[in-house]
Amino acid sequence: MSSWRHATLLMVILIVAAALAPAASAGEETVRIGWLSQAVKRSLPLSYLDQPPQDEGIQGARLGIADNDTTGHFTGQSFILAEAIVPEDGDVAAGLRELTAKGIRLVVTDLAAPELLSAAGMPEAVGITFFDTGSASDRLRGEDCRANILHLLPSHAMLADGLVQYLVAKRWQNLLLVVGHGDGDREFAGDIHHAALKFQARIVQEKPWTFIPGARRTDTGHFAIQAEVARFTQGISYDVLVVADEGDEFGDDLSYRTFDPRPVAGTQALVPTAWARPHEQWGATQLQERFLHRAKRWMTDRDYAAWMAVRAIGEAATRTKSADPAAILAFMRGDRFELAAYKGARLSFRSWDGQLRQPVLLADARSLVSVSPQPGFLHQFSELDTLGIDKPETKCRMG
Amino acid sequence: MPNGLIAAVAIAFLCTARITAADTIYVSNEKDNTVTVVDGKTLEPVKTIPVGQRPRGILLSKDAKSLYICASDSDHIEVLDLVSDKISRTLPSGADPEYFALDPSGKLLYVANEDDNLVTVVDIDRGEVVTEIPVGVEPEGMGISPDGKYLVNTSETTNMAHVIDTATRRVIANILVDSRPRRAVWTADAAQFWVSAEIGGSVSVVDAAKREIVKRITFAVPGVPTEAIQPVGIAITRDRKLAFVGLGPANRVAVVDAQSYEVLKYLLVGQRVWSLAFNPDQSRVYTTNGVSNDISVIDVASLKVIKSVPVGQAPWGVVSRP
Repeated sequence: MSSWRHATLLMVILIVAAALAPAASAGEETVRIGWLSQAVKRSLPLSYLDQPPQDEGIQGARLGIADNDTTGHFTGQSFILAEAIVPEDGDVAAGLRELTAKGIRLVVTDLAAPELLSAAGMPEAVGITFFDTGSASDRLRGEDCRANILHLLPSHAMLADGLVQYLVAKRWQNLLLVVGHGDGDREFAGDIHHAALKFQARIVQEKPWTFIPGARRTDTGHFAIQAEVARFTQGISYDVLVVADEGDEFGDDLSYRTFDPRPVAGTQALVPTAWARPHEQWGATQLQERFLHRAKRWMTDRDYAAWMAVRAIGEAATRTKSADPAAILAFMRGDRFELAAYKGARLSFRSWDGQLRQPVLLADARSLVSVSPQPGFLHQFSELDTLGIDKPETKCRMG
Repeated sequence: MPNGLIAAVAIAFLCTARITAADTIYVSNEKDNTVTVVDGKTLEPVKTIPVGQRPRGILLSKDAKSLYICASDSDHIEVLDLVSDKISRTLPSGADPEYFALDPSGKLLYVANEDDNLVTVVDIDRGEVVTEIPVGVEPEGMGISPDGKYLVNTSETTNMAHVIDTATRRVIANILVDSRPRRAVWTADAAQFWVSAEIGGSVSVVDAAKREIVKRITFAVPGVPTEAIQPVGIAITRDRKLAFVGLGPANRVAVVDAQSYEVLKYLLVGQRVWSLAFNPDQSRVYTTNGVSNDISVIDVASLKVIKSVPVGQAPWGVVSRP
């Protein structure tokens, strides 16, 4: 009897909820955020220790929703994440349609640059703003920029500038640049050249990495690598080896194996990054612990970017006291917006390319080494704009 | 002749020193797991006391016989007996206590639990948690009104000052302030509380009756990037003439006219200045400088920094005992 009454009551509630749902999207206090990602089969990294997590990114978004909801409890706002995760061979466009059909206008994405561009170009994407948390591509913030995409991860150019500022501050100005075969590797290498020019470092030589060690995990494989890296770096006079190997194919094999004893930095060893496990400054311990508790693993830079995207939306919703996407976006792109994200600085979006301005961490696997911008690198508006592509040099023409 | 002059100056100096300060200063060292004791007369460190893990917020008991210590990584509050300089007991606090406030009766502690989004109310005599009050993300600042009726708690990621009625133990008002609010400090006349925003770079002055921001104080130090101006600690004189604000990595303490809210002066102190505390007669302000591992001593009459005293690693909290 009582369970029957329960069921009826539940049905009534569901019907009422359904009837109210359209009204809710028209400005009641529920902020609805979409999540759009595509599963990508990533090659196994060289080190067996850090396997790419299956739920990378989305766990950060979910934590952002929980944080927003705690605040919303006091402001009468609630936050919902509608998740569209497209399989590797699936259709990203269908995923986006699924979200737009629900009336969602704010979509956090973890997509590669080509997929993001094609989604942002769909007719359904009119009036949608994308929060890119999956790509560091400079092109996506330059020649290929779109007015409806904001970028949460630091660009390759920002990462390169953050690293080279530190190397110059240390007076390790002569760099040997070793570049892998990926598009991202070549872009990052180009950015290292640009940073060297900007901050007065010198690339003494650039060398492509072509050695394919084959059966690396067999016993004695390391003798071959050790000999190869020594030969590869012999006869070159430099202070630091800078490596560009986003795919984690060889970068970890360089440290301790060079001919001369030289440190390694770049995509491995000392890494410029948005977020790192050893980071615990400016209250970061609290975010690390909240994330660890929820996801049962460490937060990666993509989790962090997704958390920032959702928090940026939450922050703008709180400040504007509005769940209206247009009001949220207008505030977010304005001068008064500031996001606190555990890096000791006010983060905001650059008007010229939609990039989130932020400090870049420099860390190895076990310790935070430094945070750029380095003291003394000055800028007329914001020191954070010494990292990456500044307004006068942007190739982004938003139309 | 010069000898006589030196002696005269020395005597004069000793006399002033004796008159102005007879306090003892306690500093929690977050990294060392210690409390440093500094003699207020000589301004020399006299003792280092080992305490629990990651000591941050510290407070004197009402009778000034004990020091309460938030031992964040030990997940409890320690009571340091100031006669024996030994930990005499521990109090429950909920997880990761960072900062707290003492009820004017001296019987209750209100503790911010950073990891759990809670304010925990602890009965000191009974050594028990009385209740928990849910607040925003990462609660930190705790300021209790002089009459004990209202508690203001700041939450660092929610960016709010929550006003809690201590009788009902409910949140009765939420005031949105700038990013990453750290401290909430009441004026002695109970008319206002001031809230620092570390990332926002501002201090909001809140009318306690209307619960509205009446002034947003901002800071600008020539030659210091605006990003480095990160207000944390606040100390307001009893007569509400002057307020001191620690500006974090700007390595400055701002002196503010607490009536006109004008910034009068920036005093150069040690690196990453966070907590501030007056000595009992408010002739001095002590500051903890977390990166340079020292405290700075500010003379309130002349508005000058008169000394820095080395303490342990990453000094966090400071109190002065009469």
